[in-house]
Amino acid sequence: MSVVSDIDTAAEEARQRRKERMFTWIGRADTYLNMLALGWVTPLLKIAAGDPVGHQLKELGRGLGMPVLGILLFLFVWAQTAPLVNTSLGAIPGPAGVWEQVENLYDDHVRERTKEDAFMARQEVRNAKLEAQGKSDRVKWRSYTGAPTYLDQIWTSLITVGFGFLLATLVAVPLGIVCGLSKAVNAGVNPLIQIFKPVSPLAWLPLVTMIVSAVYAGNSDLFPKSFVVSAITVMLCSLWPTLINTAYGVATIDKDLMNVGRVLQLSWSKQIVKLVLPSAMPLIFTGLRLSLGVGWMVLIAAEMLAQNPGLGKFVWDEFQNGSSSSLAKILVAVFTIGIIGFLLDRVMLALQTMFTHSETH
Amino acid sequence: MECGTVRNFIWTRLTRSALVLTATVTMGVSITAHAEMLDVEKDELKFGFIKLTDMAPLAIAYEKGYFEDEGLFVTLEPQANWKVLLDRVITGELDGAHMLAGQPLAATIGFGTEAHIITPFSMDLNGNGITVSNDVWAEMKKNIPLQADGKPVHPIKADYLKPVVDRFRNDGKPFKMGMVFPVSTHNYELRYWLAAGGLHPGYYSGENITGQIQADVLLSVTPPPQMPATLEAGTIHGYCVGEPWNQQAVFKGIGVPVITDYEIWKDNPEKVFGITAGFADKYPNTALAVTKALIRAAMWLDENNNANRQEAVDILSRSEYVGADREVIANSMTGTFEYEKGDKRDVPDFNVFFRYFATYPYYSDAIWYLSQMRRWGQITDGKSDAWYKDVAAKVYRPDIYLAAAKLLVEEGLADKADFPWDTDGFKPPQTEFIDAITFDGRAPNSYLEQFPIGLKGTEKVEGSSVVDG
Repeated sequence: MSVVSDIDTAAEEARQRRKERMFTWIGRADTYLNMLALGWVTPLLKIAAGDPVGHQLKELGRGLGMPVLGILLFLFVWAQTAPLVNTSLGAIPGPAGVWEQVENLYDDHVRERTKEDAFMARQEVRNAKLEAQGKSDRVKWRSYTGAPTYLDQIWTSLITVGFGFLLATLVAVPLGIVCGLSKAVNAGVNPLIQIFKPVSPLAWLPLVTMIVSAVYAGNSDLFPKSFVVSAITVMLCSLWPTLINTAYGVATIDKDLMNVGRVLQLSWSKQIVKLVLPSAMPLIFTGLRLSLGVGWMVLIAAEMLAQNPGLGKFVWDEFQNGSSSSLAKILVAVFTIGIIGFLLDRVMLALQTMFTHSETH
Repeated sequence: MECGTVRNFIWTRLTRSALVLTATVTMGVSITAHAEMLDVEKDELKFGFIKLTDMAPLAIAYEKGYFEDEGLFVTLEPQANWKVLLDRVITGELDGAHMLAGQPLAATIGFGTEAHIITPFSMDLNGNGITVSNDVWAEMKKNIPLQADGKPVHPIKADYLKPVVDRFRNDGKPFKMGMVFPVSTHNYELRYWLAAGGLHPGYYSGENITGQIQADVLLSVTPPPQMPATLEAGTIHGYCVGEPWNQQAVFKGIGVPVITDYEIWKDNPEKVFGITAGFADKYPNTALAVTKALIRAAMWLDENNNANRQEAVDILSRSEYVGADREVIANSMTGTFEYEKGDKRDVPDFNVFFRYFATYPYYSDAIWYLSQMRRWGQITDGKSDAWYKDVAAKVYRPDIYLAAAKLLVEEGLADKADFPWDTDGFKPPQTEFIDAITFDGRAPNSYLEQFPIGLKGTEKVEGSSVVDG
């Protein structure tokens, strides 16, 4: 009998250990799931692993149930109130109207791709004929000349904001480090930061357009003027959060660390790379996250006026069209801009968690 | 997922091969109809346009493959407003653009950004209208005589607007109207119509280019697509703009068109296709090829008594071109115009793209615009008749147009009779204006003398008064 109970306890202990390992694993997975806004999966995993259901259901309710309820409520209110507002372009579209335009925009994209295939086919025929006539030097492969579709425009916007954000980071991080390390420089630069920080992108645009037109003489296909103007405007408006946070992060690193560096007589570059940057990383990343958010907002306005073929131009052109589907298409753009902004923020958050976690491991 | 990409891949390959086959057959047929293609210097071009129905020749030349037939690969891009469009042509970001007839002239004489812009092709005749808000129309209607069927007698002169403007000013409220650009055909037509009715539309001077000196009606600039919204908001009480923005006002119930520019000046020149002089000098064959393609597009638009206009409407209503609803565009493009809601009248020549030698760049057309620029003070000093002729010859290039036409006739794509080979660039004196004043392009100064309102001779505007120069 004792043998049986021994076996029982052994099995019970093994089960307990497995359960503990499972929960440790779930705990670690939870951090990553939270990064991707999938935190509500954790209660489901815990229920599957044998945790008491009641408590987990409450977690699930809060993590998944409430957001879904909130979204459904919003859609309901929107669908009810939208037809009540009548503009000269027709009533404001409800969720159904907006969804219809999503499908239309996708259909337009597919139609344009078919036209592109036809264009490429004609090009193949033409070039083959030229080859056959022995005029190989006149053979040229051109890209499609049609208008950009909605998906093309989303891609253009993403590239433009990426480029502008990169420029902003390259300017703001070094400047922020210098400001953080030297109180004198900080005092000198601070008034300029405070004055230029609140300037709206629409105020920068005419200046940037004139300067770029004067300085940038050529007109390459890879960097068209409208792209450069939009990217520079994004940079000018979005570098401030990174700059301020970097300076603050660098200024508040542990003084003992700096003393260690001095004792070991580390060179400037080693101090910055080994001591300053890792300690200031959390705040720098916070700054980068904020900058990307600001940059994405600024981009749409900049594109409208600089004529960069992205989402901003899409909204402006739809407004100019004034057709009965324009309002719905603009709402599609609004949601696209919001969702992409949310995803960009999540990406930055994931990067931030990865970088700051790797420190403590 | 992988199965899907493989299927996609095969499908794309099949479609491509099918298209190549179709292309070979159709191109084989069409290429035999052509002579040797022009050796164009620059074949990848970007043209700008504003969302108005008279950009049609550009859209048709692209969609029907006329550009490709000439070996040109053109991208068409809508622009935010006329200023951005002109600036981008000047900096070279755009190789050419759908332009207001006044833009190349103003740029060349230095009113606004200075640049030598030329035009080898006139895009259309007519196509504009003047719309007023519902309230203003209600007041105007009280004075307008009615026909036997109860509808107002047309054309409605600005004489019927005068009492309304007077009432506004007595109440201390300015009467504002919108037009699309300081050197737009709309600005000059609106001013012409107002002045003919005894209302002063304002002068420009060397220092003050708002154009509101001594004005009874204050005119300001609004981009065409924003006009219905601005009218609705009450910021302006009327505007002069091209289509579809007048019909849009009727459809949305926010305004009433009172007159078309066809009734102000029958068959007036409207838009032109502008390129920089540098572009024409550097790429002469390209300029010729572009003109050829545009002439073919214009011919298609007016072919068989406007039989193709419905198809043109379908193309223009796509969001990458004009984008307005099909019904709104269809009216004017197919020869009817709705004034008051329910008052639809036949205006078969509302848009003329090729008929009556519409595409030939006449010097006398350029001189009319220059004369109106002088009349309102955008040209600050008096100029000799010879000066007008010189500027017109610098900007309007019938030589390129006729060379292109000759090539088309040789290739069997156009009729010899469709082009005015023998003209000296001046139309005979024109009388069909709303105020019946005759315009002779050879004598712009004596033309200006005939107007009760407007600068004449050597008069100048200094400060807020007119002095003799």
